[in-house]
Amino acid sequence: MCTLEKRGQLFLLKLTGNGEHRLNPTLLDNLRSAITQIRSDPSSSRSLLITTSDGKFFSNGYDLALAESDPSLRVVMDSKLRSLVADLISLPMPTIAAVTGHASAAGFVLAMSHDYVLMRRDRGFLYMSELDIELVIPAWFVAVIRMKIGSPAARRDVMLTAEKVTAERGLEMGIVDSSYGSAAETIEAAIKLGEEIVRRGVDGYVYGRMRETLLKQVLHTIGSNESASNRMRNSGSKL
Amino acid sequence: MCTLEKRGDLFLLTLTGDDEHRFHPDTISSVLSLLEQAKSQSTRGSVLITTAHGKFFSNGFDLAWAQAAGSQTGAVNRMHQMVESFKPVIAALFDLPMPTIAALNGHAAASGLMFALSHDYVFMRNDRGVLYMSEVDLGLPLPDYFAAMFAAKIGTSIARRELLLSGKKIKGEEAVALGIVDSAAHDSVEGVVDATVSLGQSLAAKKWNGEVYASIRKSLYPGLCAMLSLTAKIAASP
Repeated sequence: MCTLEKRGQLFLLKLTGNGEHRLNPTLLDNLRSAITQIRSDPSSSRSLLITTSDGKFFSNGYDLALAESDPSLRVVMDSKLRSLVADLISLPMPTIAAVTGHASAAGFVLAMSHDYVLMRRDRGFLYMSELDIELVIPAWFVAVIRMKIGSPAARRDVMLTAEKVTAERGLEMGIVDSSYGSAAETIEAAIKLGEEIVRRGVDGYVYGRMRETLLKQVLHTIGSNESASNRMRNSGSKL
Repeated sequence: MCTLEKRGDLFLLTLTGDDEHRFHPDTISSVLSLLEQAKSQSTRGSVLITTAHGKFFSNGFDLAWAQAAGSQTGAVNRMHQMVESFKPVIAALFDLPMPTIAALNGHAAASGLMFALSHDYVFMRNDRGVLYMSEVDLGLPLPDYFAAMFAAKIGTSIARRELLLSGKKIKGEEAVALGIVDSAAHDSVEGVVDATVSLGQSLAAKKWNGEVYASIRKSLYPGLCAMLSLTAKIAASP
């Protein structure tokens, strides 16, 4: 499901196996406990997290087949991912997503929830697939997108054209920080960048608090349980 | 005044005649009714392309009609009437259950530019036509939903300043550089219309669910949509 390794001051969190790394409740729980483990490590304030994956996919989003078989799990997965992303936002250390495979929908949001996004340019794309599979995009996903993607045209391309964003386009859009020729090169670059950042001696607690301040709007939307249908129900009352 | 044509998957909304296509209560009402027609006839794969004839896409509100009220109060009331009645046109475009593309044949000023920007994609000509927010030159205040549109659709503060505070008439190449329009690659009306038809056909081929499309569009512009009293109809879920 996922493994956690420590290399010097770098935590390496990997979504394992050759599958789609669909964010089902189990994987989400595993990821959250890995983050809890990182947070409680005594050297955490001088560390850095790199998240990556095996195989063709970074993550292909929520486990929709599971949600189809048991609709109550939709809420469960949404809730667990909200918590995971909130954890990443408050994490007292810099974070790097080494995107070595496709990242779709919730998987794309997970990648964007990191401070740096390094991506391979020989294969793979970032893709908000919702429009193509007839799902609306949750408000808190939109909050992450608006925070991480500055240009209105790029946001439209991602959400409303459902563009399959290659590393090259990701660079243009400002979603991707740098791109590399292969999966191995991407991970190597993430480690190198991680070591460079850690060498600067940043205080992780201060860093984490600053990130929370910067992403305050996102945290607010994550914490809000307002769905569109709730808003419709509440909008009638002027009391 | 304006017509709605269907060409396969594409709805073509045209502001007809060689005039300035100023927004006046009658034109506003006609455009609104055609948008409602497009909405009622929409299916998967529908796309709207809006264009106009002549030198102007639209030169904004009919200020002469406002002045013709005969008094200062009368003029202000008529302006207010146009500003208020135009809001549903913008709302209708944001609510439309299909991708929307503006093909600017010519100048787009003030509410005419607002009309253009209300579309998902905006193409203009390279050789002719300018974008112009005349309000600063005319001494007219900016309605709140106009300001919200610029905040939503124009990404840099430099571009917003150039458009709203400098009184500049912005040509195609600069409009692309400032991120106000998507493309200004063509040197003729036919060129820009063909390009939008081509984009329209590729979007139509996706056969998107219009309700989902509109819902995602509205979630992309939460501040502006709240001001236009638009909410997404479908509850968000994984």
